[in-house]
Amino acid sequence: MTLFAIRNLHILTMAPLDLDLAAGECLAVTGDSGSGKSLFLRALADLDANPGELFLRGQPSTSYPPWEWRRQVSLLPAESSWWLARVGDHFPGPEVDLHQRLAEVGLPADILKTPPHGLSSGERQRLSLLRVLLNTPTVLLLDEPTANLDEKNIALVERILKRYQQLHESALIWVTHDLAQARRVATRHLRLRPDAGHELKEL
Amino acid sequence: MDMVLLSPVDLGLAATLILLLGVVSLKLRLHQARQLFIAALRCTLQLLLMGYILKLLFAASSPGAILIMALVMLLSAGQAVTSRMHRPLSGRWSYFLGVAAMFLSSFTVTLFALFIIIDITPWYTPQYAIPLFGMMLGNTMTGVALSMDTLTTTVFQNKKSIEGRLMLGEKWRQAIQDQITAAIRTGLTPIINSMATTGLVSLPGMMTGQILAGSPPMTAVSYQILIMFLIAAGTGFGVILAVHGTARHLFDHRHRLRLDRLT
Repeated sequence: MTLFAIRNLHILTMAPLDLDLAAGECLAVTGDSGSGKSLFLRALADLDANPGELFLRGQPSTSYPPWEWRRQVSLLPAESSWWLARVGDHFPGPEVDLHQRLAEVGLPADILKTPPHGLSSGERQRLSLLRVLLNTPTVLLLDEPTANLDEKNIALVERILKRYQQLHESALIWVTHDLAQARRVATRHLRLRPDAGHELKEL
Repeated sequence: MDMVLLSPVDLGLAATLILLLGVVSLKLRLHQARQLFIAALRCTLQLLLMGYILKLLFAASSPGAILIMALVMLLSAGQAVTSRMHRPLSGRWSYFLGVAAMFLSSFTVTLFALFIIIDITPWYTPQYAIPLFGMMLGNTMTGVALSMDTLTTTVFQNKKSIEGRLMLGEKWRQAIQDQITAAIRTGLTPIINSMATTGLVSLPGMMTGQILAGSPPMTAVSYQILIMFLIAAGTGFGVILAVHGTARHLFDHRHRLRLDRLT
């Protein structure tokens, strides 16, 4: 059954894209820099206007309030942003409930008290991931979620995402430049080439 | 006591000070001499023109003429607001929003003062209406220009975090709240500082003028207090309106940040 449907989506100069994603499916997206991978994800999160149409469980994106759509179809950007003084300020809800979730991504509870700019890129990425997962998105759009991470952190992030995908039957769209990673996490592969169009194949 | 009248020679003497400053700035290569001379020239011509128009208005004393004068002042202030912004909204939107905000605040507060507080008859007595509106508008304009410029500049610099907040499901108003607050604070700082230091560090121009013209100091002081309150209120409401209007315009109906609406 289709969970997330993309119709007539325009990315750069490529032919309009149609795509169906099932619950629990992961699509890997690759392409050279400038091929429109990030623009693709931004369009899906409705951050850029696009003539195409998006459907979640058959309902068009326009029938959702935009903030509700972005909670359901959530983009994890390549670079996370932190705008408040302490890490914990970015997480709504009681702090006690967070401790368990932090432990699941291998982070200590007292990290909530630290300022965000003092964190390592691995810590920042796991926190940013945890922050978006707390919204329990139905479709997760991942923009190179393991870029700039060491092997240990890559494996950890992949494991967290896999677990979430299985637990919530959510669909993932995973932009990566690493074909080995695409084979590890995804069942289908979309390659974006602005000069030649896009190419979809099974992995 | 009659005021000492100033002759063109007296003003010429004052102008030599500007010339001297220009020469010094040329020697120091500050690249300010040109702007200084143009500004001094504009100041002279605009004030002479204003003096001439006021003379006509005082003679005519008709509400229509006063309103047309106020409209010209308002539209010029809108132009000044836009020209002071580093990244104005495209399509003259900064101009429209600035003019609307200044109209709603300066106009309303001036009318309130004329009708209710000073209670002068007729309300359009030009000796009151024009200087009052001019002072309101001049200060509101500074606040509005400063705050709109701060908003568009900081939004441009903080695109990543504003969009990061949208991605997490915040509404546009939440996502831009920090920038709205900073912009309003910046717009209000000058008038708050000037209220706090007036009479201690600075003697305001209007009060000085009234005293020079022979008013008793306490009369001049009460007028100055009135003016300060009116200016603070007019600037405050104008800044709040202008910043919220501009912020609204930076997002579309799907709560997308539209930096393409900045030039």
